Amino acid sequence: MSAPVLQVENLHVHYQTSAGIVKAVNGVSFQLQKGERLGLVGESGSGKTTTALAIMRMLEGPARIAGGEVILDEIDLLKLSDDEMRMVRFDRISMVPQGAMNSLNPVMRIREQIRDIFEAHGRALARSEVEATIAKLLARVGLRPEVAGMYPHELSGGMKQRVCIAMAIALKPQVIIADEPTSALDVVVQRQVVETLGDVQRELDAAVILVGHDMGLMAQFVDRIGVMYAGRLVELSPVAHVFSSPMHPYARQLISSIPNLEEKRLFKGIPGVAPSLLDPPSGCPFHPRCSEAMARCSVEVPALCETAPDRWVACLLYDEVLSHDPTS
Amino acid sequence: MTPLLEAQHVRKTFLTGGFFKRTETVALNDFSLAIDEQQPIITAIAGESGSGKTTLARLLLGVIVPSSGSVRYKGVDVSSMKRDQWRAFRQDVQAIYQDPFEVYNPFYRVDHVLTTPIAKFKLARTSAEAADLIDATLRKVGLRPEETLGRYPHQLSGGQRQRIMIARALLLRPKIIIADEPVSMVDASLRATVLESLLRLHEEFGISLIYITHDLTTAYQLCRDIKILYRGSVVETGDVEQVIKQPQHPYTQLLVGSIPLPDPSRRWGEDTTTGTRQSDVALTGCLFADRCPRLMDRCTTATPPLFQTSATRATACYLYEGETQASANAFAEQPIANEVS
Ligand SMILES: Nc1ncnc2c1ncn2[C@@H]1O[C@H](COP(=O)(O)OP(=O)(O)OP(=O)(O)O)[C@@H](O)[C@H]1O
Ligand SMILES: Nc1ncnc2c1ncn2[C@@H]1O[C@H](COP(=O)(O)OP(=O)(O)OP(=O)(O)O)[C@@H](O)[C@H]1O
Ligand SMILES: [Mg+2]
Ligand SMILES: [Mg+2]
Repeated sequence: MSAPVLQVENLHVHYQTSAGIVKAVNGVSFQLQKGERLGLVGESGSGKTTTALAIMRMLEGPARIAGGEVILDEIDLLKLSDDEMRMVRFDRISMVPQGAMNSLNPVMRIREQIRDIFEAHGRALARSEVEATIAKLLARVGLRPEVAGMYPHELSGGMKQRVCIAMAIALKPQVIIADEPTSALDVVVQRQVVETLGDVQRELDAAVILVGHDMGLMAQFVDRIGVMYAGRLVELSPVAHVFSSPMHPYARQLISSIPNLEEKRLFKGIPGVAPSLLDPPSGCPFHPRCSEAMARCSVEVPALCETAPDRWVACLLYDEVLSHDPTS
Repeated sequence: MTPLLEAQHVRKTFLTGGFFKRTETVALNDFSLAIDEQQPIITAIAGESGSGKTTLARLLLGVIVPSSGSVRYKGVDVSSMKRDQWRAFRQDVQAIYQDPFEVYNPFYRVDHVLTTPIAKFKLARTSAEAADLIDATLRKVGLRPEETLGRYPHQLSGGQRQRIMIARALLLRPKIIIADEPVSMVDASLRATVLESLLRLHEEFGISLIYITHDLTTAYQLCRDIKILYRGSVVETGDVEQVIKQPQHPYTQLLVGSIPLPDPSRRWGEDTTTGTRQSDVALTGCLFADRCPRLMDRCTTATPPLFQTSATRATACYLYEGETQASANAFAEQPIANEVS
């Protein structure tokens, strides 16, 4: 396999609150190949957005990257100065943030907002090329050129989402992170937005990280899925495997809680409450809710291990299998 | 009998655009619905982004007033209620708003969202009782009280904020809950947990639920009937099983055909879209005509009314013209509640 475009190594992120330190991301590691589409799913509050923001160095307030590396093309982004990082954003790696539609500047026309991105990266467009460049960019996401002259409030939710995607791809980055880019859209528009993202991704041969809860969308769009629980990546496998034979008990329950159109009123939520991030349980963070927990699980923290080719899981059940399997 | 809450031929328009060129957007058109206290409903409202769903919720909650038609609570027009009626209305009809990023005041801790209604509606006698109530309600939506209370809104994830709004609605034990995309930002497992608790409220306490959503699968899971909105009008309404399994209106067909299946081996079908709509200019005739694969001459000349296509459903499309015509609120007057068992 070729060298990955993005490599996240043992990332830790903490938030300081009055009640103590929230360990929102706890040793997350993964690699992203060129042109790959990775889905990031998992419990609400498990640290997906925090991971994405940490990679982008866009964390705010009392957040602190407590450790780890984020390597983009052999450069550790966490070691760059703020100014250097500003040049990398949009140019090499860009993000469509959660609730992106609200991130547009309400008093600026779309044209100015897009032009700013070029300017801020020392690629100011000549007067003569502004219109054509912006029109081409908007066309890429299926928007008419007139949209350039509009203000955000004049656009529908789906149109604003596409503007955000257009901005994210304006400088042709190698990595695009999209945090729930379609959770507010109807399925028709959702499909158009996601297909747009897919087309652009293929055209640029960029890698995409899609963060979200819509498992249908994940099934249709990504190549691999990472499942997060309590600040950790507990499973990382090709999409078909995650849906057909998830390994981690949390991933299994998550998959089985997906509703379908065959049977009604089958609500299969996972009993119990997500673990504390202030005072996490000892051992595996899922053990208090896990139906297969063993005595060891409350003591040992399982590491993410490759139990089969390209299938990674952080669970002691598989550790047993490995150590007791005479063939391994 | 007077319904608890009733919308009669409600229409809402907004003026938008610049100083010189103002255009009128019809956000909701001729919408009717009635909720009887004795026959609680559990209805989904789905449809295009921007089709008027949130506008409908705000109208039913009395936050905005209709341009024409009326919203009545126990027979009294919501826009002209006396103080004590308004107060009772505000307790009986609760909202779970769509955007958890918008509703919070960033300067108050999230506790505020829960303690205010307890004080206002005197839901607890002592502060210990109030604390217990808050504690129990937060747990119902999968939140840890000790790690939620005391925080500011920005210190919580999107899904956590959304669940506090649900906790607030549960706390108040209203008669009607209008939930606008209540679980769009939480994972599948929590979605199931939260929707199940809403369903339990409906079944055990007879609370009516209006579930506004883009997620047709959960609408199907939870609700008995569904209304599909397109550009402010109801284009199809009826039994959820029938509408989702055999959609009649071409827009509903497009919508159902676009549901992403949670199965990587079954790809989205061929794209059936005839593009997005090109303009907001009011057309004469059917609002879906400019995208409809089954366009007929008549579709561009007159607006199709809702045709009652069976005892339990109606569709606003000339393809079903042979069938008898439904009055806009046929479903409201005879809740489908009874005959599905
Ligand atoms: N500014 C903050 N201060 C303190 N804690 C925070 C802050 N921002 C987030 N957190 C906490 O960090 C954890 C991870 O949050 P994050 O937003 O990354 O979750 P997420 O996986 O994106 O969730 P969702 O799916 O609900 O969007 C949550 O428990 C959240 O409460
Ligand atoms: N205050 C307002 N001023 C002007 N136009 C408005 C206002 N509120 C809503 N609209 C318009 O009314 C229409 C319906 O909007 P509404 O928010 O009800 O849609 P929705 O169905 O809730 O959409 P979504 O699925 O994106 O939440 C849209 O065209 C919107 O732009
Ligand atoms: Mg998030
Ligand atoms: Mg809405």
